[in-house]
Amino acid sequence: MQIPAPFDYVRASSVDNALALLDRHGAESRVVAGGHSLLPMMKLRLARPDWLIDINDLFELDYLLVDGPVLRIGAMTRHTTLLESDDVRHLFPIICDAERVIADPIVRNRGTIGGSLCQADPAEDLSTVCHVLEAVAVVRGPAGERMLPMAEFHRGPYETAVAQNELLIEVRIPIRAGSASAYEKVERRVGDWAVAAAGASVTLAADGTISHVAVGLTAVGLERNVTEVEAVLVGQAPTEALFVEAGLLASQACDPLADQRGPIDYKRHLADELTRRVLRVACSRAAASVSEITS
Amino acid sequence: MTILEDRPSNPAAGDHDRPIGHGRMQRKEDPRFVRGKGHYVDDIVLPGMLHGAILRAPVAHARLVSIDTTAALAHPGVHAVITGTDLQALGLAWAPTLSMDVQAVLVTDKVRFQGQEVAFVVADDRYAARDALELIQVEYDVLPPVVDARKAMDPGAPVIRDDLEGRTDNHIFDWEAGNKAETDAVFASADVVVKQEIVYPRVHPAPMETCGAVADFDPIDGRLILYETTQAPHAHRTLFAMVSGIPEHKIRVVSPDIGGGFGNKVGIYPGYILAVVGSIVTGKPVKWVEDRSENLMSTSFARDYIMQGEIAATRDGKILALRTNVLADHGAFNATAQPTKYPAGFFHIFTGSYDLAAAHCTVTGVYTNKAPGGVAYACSFRVTEAVYLVERMVDILARKLEMDPAELRLKNFIKKEQFPYPNKTGWEYDSGDYEPTMRLSMKMAGYDELRREQKEKRERGELMGIGISFFTETVGAGPRKDMDILGLGMADGAELRIHPTGKAVVRISVQSQGQGHETTFAQIVAEEIGIPPEDIDVVHGDTDQTPFGLGTYGSRSTPVSGAAVALVARKVREKARFIAAAMLETRPEDLEWEKGRWFVKGDPSVGKTMAEIAMGAHGTVALPEGIDGNLDAEVTYDPPNLTFPFGAYICVVDIDPGTGHVKVRRFIAVDDCGTRINPMIIEGQIHGGLTDGVGMALMEIIEFDAEGNCLGGSLMDYLIPTAMEVPDWETGFTVTPSPHHPIGAKGVGESATVGSPPAVVNAVVDALAPFGVVHMDMPCTPSRVWEAMQGRTRPPV
Repeated sequence: MQIPAPFDYVRASSVDNALALLDRHGAESRVVAGGHSLLPMMKLRLARPDWLIDINDLFELDYLLVDGPVLRIGAMTRHTTLLESDDVRHLFPIICDAERVIADPIVRNRGTIGGSLCQADPAEDLSTVCHVLEAVAVVRGPAGERMLPMAEFHRGPYETAVAQNELLIEVRIPIRAGSASAYEKVERRVGDWAVAAAGASVTLAADGTISHVAVGLTAVGLERNVTEVEAVLVGQAPTEALFVEAGLLASQACDPLADQRGPIDYKRHLADELTRRVLRVACSRAAASVSEITS
Repeated sequence: MTILEDRPSNPAAGDHDRPIGHGRMQRKEDPRFVRGKGHYVDDIVLPGMLHGAILRAPVAHARLVSIDTTAALAHPGVHAVITGTDLQALGLAWAPTLSMDVQAVLVTDKVRFQGQEVAFVVADDRYAARDALELIQVEYDVLPPVVDARKAMDPGAPVIRDDLEGRTDNHIFDWEAGNKAETDAVFASADVVVKQEIVYPRVHPAPMETCGAVADFDPIDGRLILYETTQAPHAHRTLFAMVSGIPEHKIRVVSPDIGGGFGNKVGIYPGYILAVVGSIVTGKPVKWVEDRSENLMSTSFARDYIMQGEIAATRDGKILALRTNVLADHGAFNATAQPTKYPAGFFHIFTGSYDLAAAHCTVTGVYTNKAPGGVAYACSFRVTEAVYLVERMVDILARKLEMDPAELRLKNFIKKEQFPYPNKTGWEYDSGDYEPTMRLSMKMAGYDELRREQKEKRERGELMGIGISFFTETVGAGPRKDMDILGLGMADGAELRIHPTGKAVVRISVQSQGQGHETTFAQIVAEEIGIPPEDIDVVHGDTDQTPFGLGTYGSRSTPVSGAAVALVARKVREKARFIAAAMLETRPEDLEWEKGRWFVKGDPSVGKTMAEIAMGAHGTVALPEGIDGNLDAEVTYDPPNLTFPFGAYICVVDIDPGTGHVKVRRFIAVDDCGTRINPMIIEGQIHGGLTDGVGMALMEIIEFDAEGNCLGGSLMDYLIPTAMEVPDWETGFTVTPSPHHPIGAKGVGESATVGSPPAVVNAVVDALAPFGVVHMDMPCTPSRVWEAMQGRTRPPV
């Protein structure tokens, strides 16, 4: 048994109560949701909070709601809920693609979208997914709520804009007609951190050309979307040649490190390969959904 | 009350739910395991028990300058902080290893691997003990480490074992087998010779339960009860007596339920000794259970062999000879567990399943600044490395000769009529009939169809590989004339008692870590004396309750202890004959046996069941001269030879050409372990071992950085396979009984772990043939496969 350093523990009863507890216990307090990142780090004594504030009783943050032009996801929504939702599968297949390869059912039953985004692990899948879907994070603190686009929310590896006395409470994803998305990951074993992964979201215009595109990469040192591909793809009809070009741009944009999961050139190769694959799948899914609408 | 009439008379002929004897039946131990009612070392709670924790070295090689335990001792709940200096005063700072070396229990002079034991804290609970570790102040003078085994013998390499008198280098041993001159001569005149460096990287058995102990020393009567995660309770008791000075009759070693061993729980670790010292020092029971990182970083690893292989053959595919030089990384202390005469274990079975004209191997063992160990992970004393070498070399030869690897194997197998077969390195293979097993695996796989599919896929640029491995193991160590561990002969005992009501208890010297002994050994007795297995209790794992024997590893339980159990049951059966004759007022020679009863020849209606005989034995019947009033017996079995199980494995993989990701699509395993006692248990063993093999082939490795930091110190870093990585296993079997084993059985516990890695790697290399890949070392991770596709194969160490 690996034993964490001593800590105190308290269960929050509401969002306001959680915020008050964060305020009261200060800088050395940490919120625990699914606990799949924080608890192992504590057991290895890499994280040593004085206080754990457990927010697993905040059922008010566990919801999925199609609300006009956005999908609203409560921060305490479990991975399993996302994976099993028909709305999610229909609107944002990238989420299902990603959820299917996030760890294993035991982890997915407990892990939450809020925990994933706030942990901001560079190999974490939902951060990339939310970047690609241009999600907005709703953060609440003593001064009220802030709405942060992913680019502002996600500041870098293990770092977000959420202040110590704030809580991520909701993720909002804009729904676009004619769009579809995809995600693919390479891992050494199910449940291992990604060697690399890529996600793409594509919107097709009525004439079949790409009207909007976003590509994101996981675990290869790029904490933003591969915006370079937009100029190449937008306004064009999707073709294999364009995907190849986009893949090349992705491999150039990323900045991976060599580790036990592979050397730099392999990871760049994966950025290229996976970018091509997710664009191919997203475009074909978008085309299918466009033809569904028109027929 | 037995219900013989409801049972088939010959359950061994097929699978039945409730065989009286051999056959498929559910494990007797499962009801407690599936209900979470197993009882492991960490479940043991004794009155007043304290808890220990070990401070471990953060660096791989360093001189110990000072230790200050003041703050730790002052921590609330701490009872004692023990250092190497304290142990020195007791003469316990160093302990003998299973390979005639010594290992530091706690560091006194120098740290020799990262994770080595530096100090031991005993406290009220494990939390206080763990917190106090951080309060121990240690000053180290860091030294350059020896990490790369290839550089261990370089002139000027730091000398790791300066504790050993006169030691000026990192050399441990040189060992050889076979005839060098003959082998060189065959190589010199061979048409074809291929060479390949083949690395079997360091891996770890990673049993689900980590190692631990509860020591309870009674200062009044001087008795020590030691609950331990051990695969060899009797051997541990003897060694503890020799090391500690506590007389052997005052030591009781208890091995309760064990959550997997795989060789990880054969040796005596410093933690066990520290728990005992802690109990002696505090006068209270002390529990020590390591965490996962401690298990991965400090307990017995497996493999770490760098092998230079060479194979010689004629142009038309007759394999003539094999030779290899091996560099063996044994870590900082030579603590491998193997029979004394064999410092490289049974590696010299590397001639495999083939009839060769000559063979020669040399093995050089070296010290490095890494955790000690080497023989573990279901390796059958290094048969794993041997099988991997020969099965890779045969595939490489097949490529060179442009022959189908199945055809090449079939052409070179030892023939049925050649058994018992003396190989060129000193083994006598007891039995074998390889071709039918190979043919069955090919039939189950649809081998020709798979090759056709592969050809079509290659034309489309798809990467599909088919890998074959045909292994021969040597298990069941072993004959006492050849084999001992620290002077203890590798025999096993068994005692059988039939109670007056006909229920039985059989006491065995081997210890189950999941092998299903409580079922298998009951079935062996049942087969011999006709009492249902559920009426036979199997007692194991407690030295006060069981006869002496060397324990469970090297697939030796069934070959050695299983033989002892069969023989003790036959002894009881024979004794029952005399008692039955007295009861029936006839002569023993006038009785005939059918399963469960002795009856009068020619008059089957007149007889006595075992239950009746048991009551008679304990009753008032006048017994013949020399027959005691019981139905008990005991034996100690010294095996005349090892057993040689074998099997044919075929693996089919698909590789994603864009990512290098390997998917094991199919795996066909045909095993021949001789007589099959419980086919369900055998299949379970095979499934587990095949999963191990996929793990080693695709993902498992304990790596170190240049400073000697272990990079595999958690299950986040050391990957083991899950159900997602393995296919539905397709198993089959042939039966070639061992001619010298009482029931013809051979060990099977390690067959699949031994046989499967080469099948997977051969399949991966086969899939990569279009890229000109002839060999790639494990693990075949996506990045390493991709690098191989770029022409950049590289050894993992």
